[in-house]
Amino acid sequence: MEKVKKFFKNIGYLLYKYRFIWKRIGFAIVSLLFAVILTFFVLNLIPNDSIDEYAMKLASERNISLEEAHTLAIAILGYDPDESVFVKLMNYLGNLLHGNLGTSIRFLNVSANSVIAQFLPYTLFISTLALVISFLIGIKMGSSMASNKSKAKEIANTSFILISSSIPDYIWAIILLYIFATKLKWFPLSGARDITNGLPPFIDLLWHSVLPVISMVIVQISGWALTMRGSCVSVLGEDYVNAAKARGIPRKTIDKRYLRRNAILPLVTSIAISFATLFGGSTLIESMFNFPGLGLQLSYYIGCRDYFVIVGILFFTSSIIIFANLIADSVYSLIDPRIRRDA
Amino acid sequence: MEKQVIAPRKRKLIHELWLKFVGFVKVFMSNPRAVVGGAIMLFFIFMAVVLTKVLPFDSTPHPELRYLMPTWEHPLGCDAMGRDLFRKLIAGSKSILLISLFTAMLTVALGVTLGLISGLAGGVVDKVIMFIANLFLTVPSFPIMLALAQILTITNEFVFSIILSVWSWAGLARAIRAQIVSLKERDFITICKVMNLSKAHVLFQELLPNIASYIVVNFVLIMRNAITASVGIMILGVAAYDQTNWGVMLSIGQGAIINPKAVMVWLAPVIFITLYQAGAVLLSNGLDQVLNPRLRKL
Repeated sequence: MEKVKKFFKNIGYLLYKYRFIWKRIGFAIVSLLFAVILTFFVLNLIPNDSIDEYAMKLASERNISLEEAHTLAIAILGYDPDESVFVKLMNYLGNLLHGNLGTSIRFLNVSANSVIAQFLPYTLFISTLALVISFLIGIKMGSSMASNKSKAKEIANTSFILISSSIPDYIWAIILLYIFATKLKWFPLSGARDITNGLPPFIDLLWHSVLPVISMVIVQISGWALTMRGSCVSVLGEDYVNAAKARGIPRKTIDKRYLRRNAILPLVTSIAISFATLFGGSTLIESMFNFPGLGLQLSYYIGCRDYFVIVGILFFTSSIIIFANLIADSVYSLIDPRIRRDA
Repeated sequence: MEKQVIAPRKRKLIHELWLKFVGFVKVFMSNPRAVVGGAIMLFFIFMAVVLTKVLPFDSTPHPELRYLMPTWEHPLGCDAMGRDLFRKLIAGSKSILLISLFTAMLTVALGVTLGLISGLAGGVVDKVIMFIANLFLTVPSFPIMLALAQILTITNEFVFSIILSVWSWAGLARAIRAQIVSLKERDFITICKVMNLSKAHVLFQELLPNIASYIVVNFVLIMRNAITASVGIMILGVAAYDQTNWGVMLSIGQGAIINPKAVMVWLAPVIFITLYQAGAVLLSNGLDQVLNPRLRKL
């Protein structure tokens, strides 16, 4: 009995100690609802005749009357344009709760779920790779910018940051494609896999993702480097850094143990935002390189006005990013107790 | 009698403003980044206003000029149909400039008002506005802008800018609020309160001048971001098709990238977009240093 009591007391204590997490989960749930309403809003903008078109297609495919096809279409899509907004929203929510993100009105046996399942890994692969690489390089650059006083390095860093922050990633994509894919022929022009070259699958995928990842990384570095520099400068002014200097600790150790570790902390939350930009912006990069990820699919389905798949992919992308935000925020407050209070 | 008193005061005010302006121009001219960025932006304005009339785009094909490399007559070469690329870019510059100006104005208006309200009011209003801003920051903007652009079938620049600015006010509002909250605690605002000055005075004479530089710098940056996003959307061929649009030109160029003769087809829009972006970034960096005395190197 005592043990049980103690156990529950412990759980209560833990729940209380980490109460900031509840707030974050609450925010994530509200964001998710916001995403639902937003995508529902997009759904409501869809022209009504696209459903009639779908009904006509169903009627000719299954040899049924147009009216039957219309009710069937509404049942399949879970969306009736003649209903009131509230009923529509309820139907939409019900569909989402059943895990049904949206059925294609253009292709047979295609739904947002199947598209996501097939193409998400590619997008995740390149955006995570770009995130990790740009984070590592940016941190290194930012901390060296904060502590280094040599003129030549400063000029090199600032000019790189100027270039990196002023040229958008799709321009880099075109330039890289021209230099490395058509002139030098080091990397492939498009696609993610090529069965003819006989490379092992993973190496082949990596080889195909080099150019897309580089064009994403170049643009991301400047943001990381600038925030890291700001964070480093504020850490350099702290008393413990001065105390360490006074104790005669070598500069390298200060940089490594005192400066970098403390300065990285505030950057953890930016990871989620950066991931959001990369994941959302992958649409452009993927269509530049014809890389078969979720972004390319999104632009393809937008091109053929397959609205229900578009809305499904949109909702999925938003929820992934909300989830990433939740994780980054919680991790940040777990490793740095100072910010738990003001959330 | 009254007129005699007012007139010299007015003259004095104008004189003071003039002196301020001259001082600003002097500092501005001494900052290389600001000068280069400003010159580039002026060039683009010149291009959209004057050059569109002087060098109109002619869409009749000239097969003999196909994929022409740059010459004196055609400074950026010709496209697959033998049409002058420089004139094509000039024809597209007007909509680019309009979109970026509209978006920046709308975003700044939205972001600054909401940021000011949130920072000044505090309490529940502050919490609600910041909550909404955070919501807009967590949802991925580019795909949704893309979908909206397709479904609404954009035909004019103004609708496009509304779509763009709905997704970019949140960051600015958050930053403005942070600035206001920290300014509110400063001594000079407390003194204003002690002196019982009106709220309008505190807002317009004390707070706004302090964040004015920040707003101006952000205005230029938002102009730049608007172009990144709008050209991106155009590349995917979502908006109404217009061959002089820079995004459409880029996407045509991307398709022709394997063709070694068609270098200028993609290089020409790349040069102009890069120039525009670099100009905006330089101008905003320079203005930051010019308007913010703490950053000014003396």
